[in-house]
Amino acid sequence: MTTTTDADKLPGGVSGRSWLPAVDANWIRERGVYVALALLTIYNVIFTNHFNHYSSLETLMSQTPAVLIVSLGMLMVIGTGGIDLSVGATMAIAAAVLGIMVAATDRGGHNASLTVAIILALLAGLAVGIFNGVVIGVVGVQPIVATLSLLVAGRGIALVITSGHLLELFRPGLSKIGRGQFAKVPYVMIIALVLLVLVTILMRRTTFGYRSVAIGGNLPASVLAGLPVRRTIITVYALCGVLAAIAGVLATARLRSADPSYVGLGLELNAITAVVVGGSALSGGKVRILGTFAGVVLMQLLTTTLTSHNIPSSATSMAQAVIIVAAVYIQRTSASIE
Amino acid sequence: MTTPADPPSGQSIEIAAPAAPIHVASGELGITAGAARARQLTSLISRNGAVAVLVVLLIIGSIFDKGFGSFDNLQNVALGATYIGIISAGMTFVIISGGIDLSVGSMFALAVLTSAFMSKHGSFIAIVVPLVCCAGLGMLQGLVIARLRLPAFIVTLAGLTGIRGIVYYITKEGNTVPKVPAHTSFLTLGQGKLFNITWPIWITLIVFAVGWWLLNRTAFGQAVQTIGGSRPAAELMGLPVRRVQTLVYVISGLCAGFAGILTTASSSGGQEARIGDSYELVAIAAVVIGGTLLSGGVGSMVGTLAGIAIWFVISNLVVHGLQFNTYIQQVVSGGVLLLVVVLQTMLSKRVSAAAAKR
Repeated sequence: MTTTTDADKLPGGVSGRSWLPAVDANWIRERGVYVALALLTIYNVIFTNHFNHYSSLETLMSQTPAVLIVSLGMLMVIGTGGIDLSVGATMAIAAAVLGIMVAATDRGGHNASLTVAIILALLAGLAVGIFNGVVIGVVGVQPIVATLSLLVAGRGIALVITSGHLLELFRPGLSKIGRGQFAKVPYVMIIALVLLVLVTILMRRTTFGYRSVAIGGNLPASVLAGLPVRRTIITVYALCGVLAAIAGVLATARLRSADPSYVGLGLELNAITAVVVGGSALSGGKVRILGTFAGVVLMQLLTTTLTSHNIPSSATSMAQAVIIVAAVYIQRTSASIE
Repeated sequence: MTTPADPPSGQSIEIAAPAAPIHVASGELGITAGAARARQLTSLISRNGAVAVLVVLLIIGSIFDKGFGSFDNLQNVALGATYIGIISAGMTFVIISGGIDLSVGSMFALAVLTSAFMSKHGSFIAIVVPLVCCAGLGMLQGLVIARLRLPAFIVTLAGLTGIRGIVYYITKEGNTVPKVPAHTSFLTLGQGKLFNITWPIWITLIVFAVGWWLLNRTAFGQAVQTIGGSRPAAELMGLPVRRVQTLVYVISGLCAGFAGILTTASSSGGQEARIGDSYELVAIAAVVIGGTLLSGGVGSMVGTLAGIAIWFVISNLVVHGLQFNTYIQQVVSGGVLLLVVVLQTMLSKRVSAAAAKR
């Protein structure tokens, strides 16, 4: 059973630890995303005007949290050998629930307290996740199709909840979550980093984490070893749903409005990209949390870099495509060894 | 080369498809005759299930909704389904071969825009240039998937992003909205009629007929099914696995391109760069509803045709018949997709369990 797939281990021999690791092709392959991120940062520091300014970090910190949070959930799902295409729709459902609870009564809302509304939005995400988990883990439907059906239906459900409207939300508390800062770091970024730490602990220090990676690494062996496969799969999708809902709540707070048509639209692909670029295998069994974080930052920094050099966004899309394929190609050999 | 005539529905090679992901314990003791028969039964039901559902839907529709059964309405539904229908025909090959093609929506958009740009140079150019572009990009993806052995999901995900980038690039970030000049012969391709039915519907039927023939009556089609069923087995048989795999993505690109050309030819308005967004999802849904297994190896062209028809009949019934909003239609469509795959999965489980008992 291949449960130990930690990124932090040196490939090859560990004897004779020196301060400088042996930099060879394999070393780069294992850390491609960090190398790319470092190179891109160095390039920016030297060639991009106004990059060495706090505002560029600020932009990055306001744009990455939603994708990062969704990617964490996606990472756990992909670790079990699954995939969740419904995360964007789940964000929309959470945003719609939050919006309809918080909005004033005369605008069709319930004027509920913010805490209650957020809890209900997260519960909605949990419900979507559990539903996905049951359809995949118990019924045995393939993850792509099961979550595809919710990708189609979920945004419709969100629009049904708000009767198709965009709800503007005027709550000081909500704006504070979305735009507030602590020591110049946005709250949303702090929340994302806290979640990152929690997911790291969950995946690296708990039985649940080891089980989910084991299931992704070798399902038949996990079944034969008597692991609670169904329960683990349901839990993983449930967590992914909750994380997507958190991202939906934060996005709504940032926009100060619940927009079920556009919140999280297409975000599932960004999340999958970040996970894959970060070095996790799409076939499961290999979970790289810091790599995913670096993947999210890399893709966002790429967009920022090209934009600040006045390169049109169409070129950004093409560059992203090349990076995705290159990332998978570089990691291919190391994946086939395992 | 054609294979000897099999039963009408024609799938002679029934390589044991990989067992469903979760229940591993049931099917280890080799592939017995019972299991093979069970698999045949499953594929028979799942292949014809979609057709049965379509017939039921059509009957229900014409009973409860006066306007539904009219010739004009049915023609409109069919016309709406043609473009994604042609895309789904290509997608069927990809999925049966065990792959997936997420790039078709962007590929479709590329064809729409290039054919709109080229239409002022005459019909021939307006048809050939998009097809060459799409076949080329399809081949590029196919080569990367087949030769470098990268996962199809990732490669075509990159295709989705990158080709959409190309579309925005050639339209100057979506600011150019090309239009087919009025009264060109190119427009008759999309707007002309034969026996009172518009050309795109005939063309779609022809595409599916050719697809059916290719899949069930040629060595290539048998190879696609074998590779999807078991790639190692296909390699041991000496099939040209990599060439067939590459060709499958070329076919998918060509179908998306062809659908794009028909779209441009049938509309007189300007074409926007965001067209075809998330068409890949509808195409995949149609293929799956049609009974083609996402794990590859088993699938049918007729099923896909029924699948895409079901998708558009439902949205017509929900929006025009029941007067609901389009977002309720999304919920219903997603629900139907879920229902179909849940039933398929449970059915195939039950059949294989029964076979194991026997």
